[in-house]
Amino acid sequence: MKIVYDGSMDPRLCKAVLGEQIPALAAEDPDLIYLDADLMNCIGTAKWAAANPDRAINCGIAEANMIGVACGLASAGFKPIVHTFGPFASRRCFDQVFLSGGYAKNDITVIGTDPGVTATLNGGTHMPFEDVALYRAVPGATVIDVTDPTMLISVLRQCKDRPGVKYIRVGRKQYARVYADGSELPIGRAVTLREGTDLVIFACGIMIHEALQAADVLERQGVSAAVVDLFTIKPLDADAVAAWAEKTGAVVVAENHNRFGGLCCAVSEVLAERRPTPAAFVAVEDEFGEVGPQGYLQERFGLTAAHIVEAARDVLKRKVQ
Amino acid sequence: MDESRKLKAFAAEIRIAAIEAIHAIGSGHVGGALSIADVLAVLYGREMRYDPQNPKWPERDKLVCSKGHAGPAVYGTLALKGFFPYEELKTMNRPGTHLPSHCDRNKTPGVDMTTGSLGQGSSLACGMALGDRLRGYDSRTFLILGDGESNEGQVWEALAFAAAKKLGNLVVLLDWNKRQLDGWTKDVYPMGDYVAKFEAFGFDTVKVDGNDVDALIPALERTRADGEKPYAIVLDTVKGAGIPEVAEKTMNHSLPISDEQYERWTAQLREEIKAWEVEA
Repeated sequence: MKIVYDGSMDPRLCKAVLGEQIPALAAEDPDLIYLDADLMNCIGTAKWAAANPDRAINCGIAEANMIGVACGLASAGFKPIVHTFGPFASRRCFDQVFLSGGYAKNDITVIGTDPGVTATLNGGTHMPFEDVALYRAVPGATVIDVTDPTMLISVLRQCKDRPGVKYIRVGRKQYARVYADGSELPIGRAVTLREGTDLVIFACGIMIHEALQAADVLERQGVSAAVVDLFTIKPLDADAVAAWAEKTGAVVVAENHNRFGGLCCAVSEVLAERRPTPAAFVAVEDEFGEVGPQGYLQERFGLTAAHIVEAARDVLKRKVQ
Repeated sequence: MDESRKLKAFAAEIRIAAIEAIHAIGSGHVGGALSIADVLAVLYGREMRYDPQNPKWPERDKLVCSKGHAGPAVYGTLALKGFFPYEELKTMNRPGTHLPSHCDRNKTPGVDMTTGSLGQGSSLACGMALGDRLRGYDSRTFLILGDGESNEGQVWEALAFAAAKKLGNLVVLLDWNKRQLDGWTKDVYPMGDYVAKFEAFGFDTVKVDGNDVDALIPALERTRADGEKPYAIVLDTVKGAGIPEVAEKTMNHSLPISDEQYERWTAQLREEIKAWEVEA
């Protein structure tokens, strides 16, 4: 694993990565089966699916049934990868994920695309700020907010063979390039992207790019901020959280999600129990989504590097000296 | 003893076993367990391919009892067929039991799918049937749905899927016992004509007396052919069938069973079994 972040965007769109990786994994593993709810064209799998009807099942616009079918296939030894937009991959079929999947021990991987503000022009109805909270509540689930295309490739492969319910939230468009091609990112392990001594910024998903930019700004202001990628929101790397809290004594958490139920909560739980530390949160303040370009939405919901800098200044004031 | 009589006796034994399990804990889902005893008798006594010594044999026929609260009838059937000791029926719903009120594939040998949240078994059964077909097995998946359960929208999503994907190895058995928890389905939430609905969804559909083994035998036998259409059999049943005192009670979804009732009902059913055996 190598970090190559320089602020530039990865040329690969995540939808193109999914469109390549799902067929590639299916070619390697005869048990892999892909299910979608009439959104194959949104991630570039439609052509391959049409040519491989035994490997790709279009379940129509019926997400609850799709999850159930995937779980039935899992009970027969298949490894289902299910895709739809984030809200429909979480809220719409939550009881099915919870019972037919988690409770019945039918292992499935669910990809929810366009999490949070990355739903942009599809607007509030399509903008999940709660999907992480829901999936975190499924016992034994794995919950991942993807940082960049390289990570997407790595975690998709790991999830395929991992027990339990796995939820991967990822935008379909461009991400800042953080990891060198071919890097493996072991699920459940935090990655230190930037060392620092005054505070630590824990982030995931699109907020990694913002956090790294914020750390640059803070450095210019004489503040040394560490940035840690907590892409696996569950199971959280609690040791890394506690160690960084101890080392820096001040924490900022940044996520493209409601502050209730997601990474902010996951980190707070660890801090409260293992290392009480002043913390500040950069997340959606208990609101529904709305329509607009991503830049507008990040400003609107307070999810920018500037908001992280502000939170950092605030938490430093509260830091116990 | 001819096959029909043997299966009728088996159905009565399933009823006794279900009563046994429910009585041991004091109360439970009596009505809906009794209504499916006959179809379970024909499935496990004649129609299904399975191995109690190897309950997870991939090429077995599978049963999804989507109305998971009918667990006691399923457990009784499985115990009688040797999947686990009959005595274990008395542990139902006790701490640490292998026999929870609703079916659980991870706890009970022979239970093919976990069910309980109504409607979900329908999609699971579709996935299982699709999986068998992709594996090239000639197995069938039998899905028992409750009529009250069919209020759930997921059922109809699953039925549309089964027809769209031409799951000819799926057999839906709708337990049309006409009652749900709050009373008669016609009063609580009338669903109309099930046969017409199944046909409109693209199912090969028949309606039979679901408490008559002689009607069930041919209806199930014809589902052996794996064609383009999934099968639906609307089971015209009585909730509480086999024990008149239960059947006569409108609100018979969940009932306590007293020691006196237990003795009397099981004695009646044992007489019934004896009659099937004697007449043969």
